[in-house]
Amino acid sequence: VFKRFVEIGRVAFISFGPHAGKLVAIVDVIDQNRALVDGPCSGVRRQAMPFKCMQLTDFVLKFPHSARQKCVRLAWEKENINEKWAATRWAKKIEAREKKAKMTDFDRYKVMKAKKMRNRIIKHEMKKLQKMSSKKGKKPEKSEKPEKSEKPQKSEKVQKAPKAQK
Amino acid sequence: MAGEKAAGEKKPGEKKPGKKKTDEKKPAEQKASQKEVGEKKKKIKKHHASRNPVLARGIGRYSRSAMYARKALYKRKYTAPETKIEKKKKEKPRATITKPVGGDKNGGTRVVKIRKMPRYYPTEDVPRKLLSHGKKPFCQHKRRLRASITPGTVLILLTGRHRGKRVVFLKQLATGLLLVTGPLVINRVPLRRAHQKFVIATSTKVDITGVKIPKHLTDAYFKKKRLRKPKHQEGEIFDTEKEKYEITEQRKSDQKAVDSQILARIKKVPQLRGYLRSTFCLSNGVYPHKLVF
Repeated sequence: VFKRFVEIGRVAFISFGPHAGKLVAIVDVIDQNRALVDGPCSGVRRQAMPFKCMQLTDFVLKFPHSARQKCVRLAWEKENINEKWAATRWAKKIEAREKKAKMTDFDRYKVMKAKKMRNRIIKHEMKKLQKMSSKKGKKPEKSEKPEKSEKPQKSEKVQKAPKAQK
Repeated sequence: MAGEKAAGEKKPGEKKPGKKKTDEKKPAEQKASQKEVGEKKKKIKKHHASRNPVLARGIGRYSRSAMYARKALYKRKYTAPETKIEKKKKEKPRATITKPVGGDKNGGTRVVKIRKMPRYYPTEDVPRKLLSHGKKPFCQHKRRLRASITPGTVLILLTGRHRGKRVVFLKQLATGLLLVTGPLVINRVPLRRAHQKFVIATSTKVDITGVKIPKHLTDAYFKKKRLRKPKHQEGEIFDTEKEKYEITEQRKSDQKAVDSQILARIKKVPQLRGYLRSTFCLSNGVYPHKLVF
């Protein structure tokens, strides 16, 4: 049922508080509610932090408990946690949310236009496929393949639009 | 007497420091003294401290005549140059004027006073207005402009017949209103004034450096014209007032002159033209306080 556990070396994401949005590694457990935590590569000093504000990630580092910051940093950099984190969907969602909040009026217009174009293309293809299927009636396999080829195109366009603004 | 003698003794003593020690320095450096004299003429002379020491409050050490001597007022007599006075005396303003009069047998002219006596003296004096401080007329008010509004900013108009339209800001006029243009071909907003308070400033800016806005575009140019000469009866007044606004040729030419410059710059930014054509609107889930403009 539970896949991520609190253990020494578990990388956690801080969800609220003064260090909200940063990654830390659990160095030691103090008691039921708090952990000794350190984020040398994310600008968090070694400190006690309640579990409540931490959200566990999939990454685990290897270092002994109460290891000093240098060791934590080495382990962190060896595993390249920062890059791995940026590649996760979690981090990408956060980034997308931030970008959306920062959108200016002009950006919103550009996104609207991009979405409109994309939806037109999708509709166009759908109509084509519907026509084909209604005419011939025998092509459920073929209708799936072109849909899948459309999907990567759509995601590219929507990502391109907000990215081009920044 | 003793006082006068003391004053007499002190006089030569006081003169020297008063003269800024030019006598002492004369043999040494004449150039320096000339410089000082030259400087004296240009500089405002330093005012001497009071030459009348205070004995008690309101009571000075020296009498009027003693002070006259101490201050050397016999030397300081200022009169205005006479020639100017003479000139002014000659140039008295005309008091009367002769005007021709119609009709016959009454001598063709009359002598009429230019400045006439008042025809009405009120029985009560007009009460003096109380002194007020800092109440300025509108023309002298301080005009402020929000920091987010700079020349070239795209604004969203919120009121008026062009509400919701996105428009380019040109400059702030003397009354504080903003001069704004569509441009006309993009969204049918002409050169127009907009009020700063009823406008949202977006962060999108068009580069307007080097755009020359004609100088005759002032508030008077944009002010609504109202005819006010109801000579005829009441029935005709409503017809003479401008019901339909007609676009003058001057407005058209000014619009072209300004817009041609701006359109060139708008075309450089991708999608900006379409953006200016669109209108702003709110829909479900869109909250202005959460939007970043």
